[in-house]
Amino acid sequence: MLELHGITAGYDPRKPVVRDVSLTVHDGEAVGLLGPSGCGKSTLARVAALLHRPTAGTVVIDGEPARGWRHRAPRDQRTAFGVVFQQPRQSADPRLRLRDLIAEPLRATGRRAEATERVRALAPGVGLSEELLARRPHEVSDGQLQRACLARALVLRPRWLICDEMTAMLDASTTAALVGVVETYRRESGAGLLAVSHDPVLLERWCDRTVRWGDRGAALNDAAPAETATSPGSTAP
Amino acid sequence: MGSNTVRLRASACVLATVLLAVLLVPLAVPLDEQAVDLAAKLHPPSWAHPFGTDEVGRDLLLRCVYGLRLSLLVGVVAALTATVLGTAAGVLAGVLGGWTDRALMRLVDLFSSVPHLLLGIFVVAMFRPGIWPVIASVVVTHWLSTARIVRAELLSLRTRPYVDAAVSGGASRLRVTVRHLLPGVLPQAALAAVLMIPHAIWHESALSFLGLGLPTHEASLGNMVNGARGSLLAGDWWPTLFPGLFIVVPTLAVAALAGAWRERLDPRRRSELTL
Repeated sequence: MLELHGITAGYDPRKPVVRDVSLTVHDGEAVGLLGPSGCGKSTLARVAALLHRPTAGTVVIDGEPARGWRHRAPRDQRTAFGVVFQQPRQSADPRLRLRDLIAEPLRATGRRAEATERVRALAPGVGLSEELLARRPHEVSDGQLQRACLARALVLRPRWLICDEMTAMLDASTTAALVGVVETYRRESGAGLLAVSHDPVLLERWCDRTVRWGDRGAALNDAAPAETATSPGSTAP
Repeated sequence: MGSNTVRLRASACVLATVLLAVLLVPLAVPLDEQAVDLAAKLHPPSWAHPFGTDEVGRDLLLRCVYGLRLSLLVGVVAALTATVLGTAAGVLAGVLGGWTDRALMRLVDLFSSVPHLLLGIFVVAMFRPGIWPVIASVVVTHWLSTARIVRAELLSLRTRPYVDAAVSGGASRLRVTVRHLLPGVLPQAALAAVLMIPHAIWHESALSFLGLGLPTHEASLGNMVNGARGSLLAGDWWPTLFPGLFIVVPTLAVAALAGAWRERLDPRRRSELTL
């Protein structure tokens, strides 16, 4: 279970973009986070993945509080999250071929030996051919690059996927394909999902439960029914 | 063929000619650039001495070539050392941040607040005249800009989502730096190194002109311009003009090359580089 308790975060301590937000993602659950642009959804997603230190509040992973942020977080806590960002161009090191991009987390965690095999096993699932794997980011389309970024997020078999506007830059068919990849992985691994988007239709079809950002852009509380929108037919835990 | 390409080729040709002359002339023409011929002093340019002779009858063409050889040696060694030092300082400041960053950047400010030439003179004054104090003097005054450039570039790279993705993928701080950040700043650092070579040559010439650089008998471009001051007042222009041109033309060529290179570094055109 992933719990965010009373998170306040931002880039300037005097002007937090996220104020006192609490959110829970149960094992295997898909939670959508819906809100307008610039409201702080992405910041909250980065906090959830231990990539940004909040000014107040805690992230609790399976009952254990986060023991640090970014590099200071223990490796097993950090790698429990697979993150995919909105802009594939910015999320891919321009110097790495796609196969190295996907294998990078394995190499970084000392599992170099299985890298080639894991990439070969993962690539067809996300729709990348051998020929595409040999290319560099500037030689592929946004959609193809985002497929590689999703594969990189899956390569360590994370317990939670954090998809921050993963499909905002993509066309409908690529969106459907990537959502399909995420759902296939979740079915076989039981991983949880936090999907951030400004698109209510997408989240409604993708997630078990959608949390709407408060109107004031500040307070959002999972526990308060007034602030929570559930999609038809879903069961809020 | 764009004007950028023309500029690139022209400056590359000039530099190649200069480098060939500097490398081959001392091998192919075994003449002593220090040979004095008092019977032939201050001869204007002629077939025997294409650049003329100086006030003690030494051949100026030969001395210019040897002078540029020395200047380039000082320039390249000093620029490389200063770049390594500046890059190391910039990376440490940019990656570690916080206290280290503040300390290093205040050190850079401290060095920058003293006029370069004054600081350079201070360094050479501590040692016997020679090539190494001059190089040290250039390094001490020139690593600052590289440290600033590298740090600024690093701060912008550090916030890219691909660094977040690497951290999330379990990469250590060292791995993120070596694998993702350093390769991103190296082109900028290399460009800074190339641009620093002309600066280092000017610095050496200025110190030698002031009589503080290389020993006065050495054929250095700064020494030659300094030695020719007296004859210039007497109307003999060639001992000043030719060493001066040997300072100006290669530095212009290096600057033009670096300018063309910088245009190529433009991210929108980066893909052309790999073709």
